[in-house]
Amino acid sequence: MKLSLFLTAALTVAGSLGAADWTQFRGPNGDGLSSDTGVPVRLDASSITWSISLPGRGFSSPLILGDKVFVTAGSGARQDRLHVLCFRVTDGALLWERQFWATGRTMTHEKIGAATPTPASDGKAIYAIFSSNDCVALDLEGRLLWFRGLGRDYPNASNSLGMSSSLVVVDGVVVAMVENDSESFTAGLDARTGVNRWKLDRPKKANWTSPVVFKSPGQPNRVLLQSSQGVTAVDPTTGKVAWDLSDGASTVPSLVVSQGKLVIPANGITVVEPTAGDTKPKSVWRSAQLRPGTASPVVVGGRLITLNDGGILTCADAQDGKRLWQLRLKGSFSATPVVAGGHLYCVSEDGRVQVVDPSKAEGVVVSELTLEQTVIGTPSIASNSLFVRSDSRLVRLGGAALR
Amino acid sequence: MARVHSVLAASVLLVATAIDSVAALPRKLASSVERLKAVGPEGQGNAAAQAAWNDVAKAKASQIPDLIVAMDGANDYALNWIRAAIEAAVQRETVAGSKLSVKSLETVLRDTRHHPRARRLAFELMQRVDASKAQTILSDFLQDPGSEMRREAVAQLMATAARQTNGTKATAVTTYRQALGFSREADQIEDIAKRLQDLGDKVDLAKTFGWVSKWQLIGPFDNTGEAGFAKVYPPEQRLDLGTGLTGKSGPVKWFPYETRSEYGLVDFNQAISSLKGAVGYATAEFWSDSARTAQVRLGCKNGWKVWVNGALIFGRDEYHRSAEIDQYRMPVSLKAGKNILLVKCAQNEQTQDWAKEWEFQLRVTDEQGAPIVSTR
Repeated sequence: MKLSLFLTAALTVAGSLGAADWTQFRGPNGDGLSSDTGVPVRLDASSITWSISLPGRGFSSPLILGDKVFVTAGSGARQDRLHVLCFRVTDGALLWERQFWATGRTMTHEKIGAATPTPASDGKAIYAIFSSNDCVALDLEGRLLWFRGLGRDYPNASNSLGMSSSLVVVDGVVVAMVENDSESFTAGLDARTGVNRWKLDRPKKANWTSPVVFKSPGQPNRVLLQSSQGVTAVDPTTGKVAWDLSDGASTVPSLVVSQGKLVIPANGITVVEPTAGDTKPKSVWRSAQLRPGTASPVVVGGRLITLNDGGILTCADAQDGKRLWQLRLKGSFSATPVVAGGHLYCVSEDGRVQVVDPSKAEGVVVSELTLEQTVIGTPSIASNSLFVRSDSRLVRLGGAALR
Repeated sequence: MARVHSVLAASVLLVATAIDSVAALPRKLASSVERLKAVGPEGQGNAAAQAAWNDVAKAKASQIPDLIVAMDGANDYALNWIRAAIEAAVQRETVAGSKLSVKSLETVLRDTRHHPRARRLAFELMQRVDASKAQTILSDFLQDPGSEMRREAVAQLMATAARQTNGTKATAVTTYRQALGFSREADQIEDIAKRLQDLGDKVDLAKTFGWVSKWQLIGPFDNTGEAGFAKVYPPEQRLDLGTGLTGKSGPVKWFPYETRSEYGLVDFNQAISSLKGAVGYATAEFWSDSARTAQVRLGCKNGWKVWVNGALIFGRDEYHRSAEIDQYRMPVSLKAGKNILLVKCAQNEQTQDWAKEWEFQLRVTDEQGAPIVSTR
């Protein structure tokens, strides 16, 4: 009986997150990789399954859970109206919308609106944070679970250029990096109530990177916090620091975990490998030649890809950092490339979706589709589709067979 | 900074006077609303509010106007809880075919005793039910105490003026001038001023914004390694404009400074010297006819602190990210007669081109942003 109860509970939890759901910035594993194999490679106008208008600006990535797409937006002259919207995957129909008044400061650079951080989900709820450091939890039907005004609770926690760190949720804790020049901290919020489980003082330096969950078989989960000082691993349940790398790191692109190694935008690219028992990770390789811009690095098929702001895509061997090829894409870039079926989907700021095959001796642009919209945020992949959130619209590319 | 935080927190939790805002609701619904209104900083009351939210979200269409009224007295956290519940209720009732009463919503909207955000929500619901009616009455809110209603009404008037530019320019100028008089938002004011300039009508922006322009300055004091931000220099302990002090590199003394900038910029680079790692102070007398509440509104991309009558209002040690008009809005209480403003403005040691500015702009306004000018 106990066993059957356990199995039922385990199945219930497992069933709350679909295998192909896109649950956070750069997907379920935070590495930009999708297991979907049916995303169209040859894009053209017919690839647009639907395109819908949004009520506000935003640079966050959509989340896709089952048959729902969740998007955040900011509206108003001061970007002080915060939106969480839920659409149906199949046809883009609006299922529900909730609006909130920002309680923290909303001033941002034009490339960082209120809705720049990407929400996260544990399959039961959507946790969304905005540049104002207002954080909300809603269940998948739009019921409000909690609201936090972190910028109001901690009045000097803000950045006059805007905040962009996305959330992660792990072990029942929502981790919010509220790192800035003044009242700088990262908080672990109880996923059920939003109250602080822990609050960790962090370097007083503006930081636009996002936390990353590091999972290792047989080891407790760790959340990796990247900052100008380096990378800090914390226990998500207590906020206790497990280990620290203090060689410095970028404050814009975020590290990615691949094959148990951390690929860190630091002094170019620095790759380290954590070891068991929370000891300091050992160095694997470092390359000053690989310099990501705003976009975070991605690893696909043993190849490490960086993309700078000017559109130079650089491919290196993920084993040793040896540069293999470079390819100039069209446009300027802020969005991180995402991967499905071994192809990179790179979206420029002027809305040009360029599909790149990185597996050959040289990078090849397989197809290109111009959306003619401003795109700063990283696209998402689910339901054999690419979801692109432009400054004003949500576009679904592919997945027509599911309609 | 603990004091600063408590001042701000207190302002957050200030509640309106409408004690019986839930009186019109059935007892159970009223009780649930009260639980939503009990939420506070750091997630206080969140757990209890979850169940209450589900109750409130079950409200009938006919109860929505009373629920909006029940937002009176709510703090900023609770306003969001209640708003989200109303949205959920409206969504469900709309799907079910129930209609909101435009008349009841308009009654709430027009009663300025209600919370500005509650009234705004009433208007937005009116827009959903009868967009034409909402558009028609918008011009009634040009002097609204709520910034969102007022802004939209001014925007409508600006649109009218823009259309008039195709006809007689004098008519357009008159309309833009009306809009300028009603506007309280810096970006709208600048937009109107530009459009008037294009029509040959120059706006005195400095006067429109109402900057505090006459100051006494002293500096530089040391801010090497940004340590000067926290260091208490003599002006923070005692303001004596007749006494010289020891500064970063020698004796310093107070001197008069009047900004001629249409944006009210008090420029230490120009007034003292283009220095790095330096702190400057500015003080001004601000005379008020009566004791009153007001806001000190500051724009600054340096480290700064502001005191009013010797009390630290707020401070921030962020350097060279960005600045804008009314960037920081700080509630203050002015005394009748003379009030003393003191600003500490700290420059760090960054050397980039975009890190040159060592300046601030400050004005005193009412809660809506209308400038309050010193009476002397």
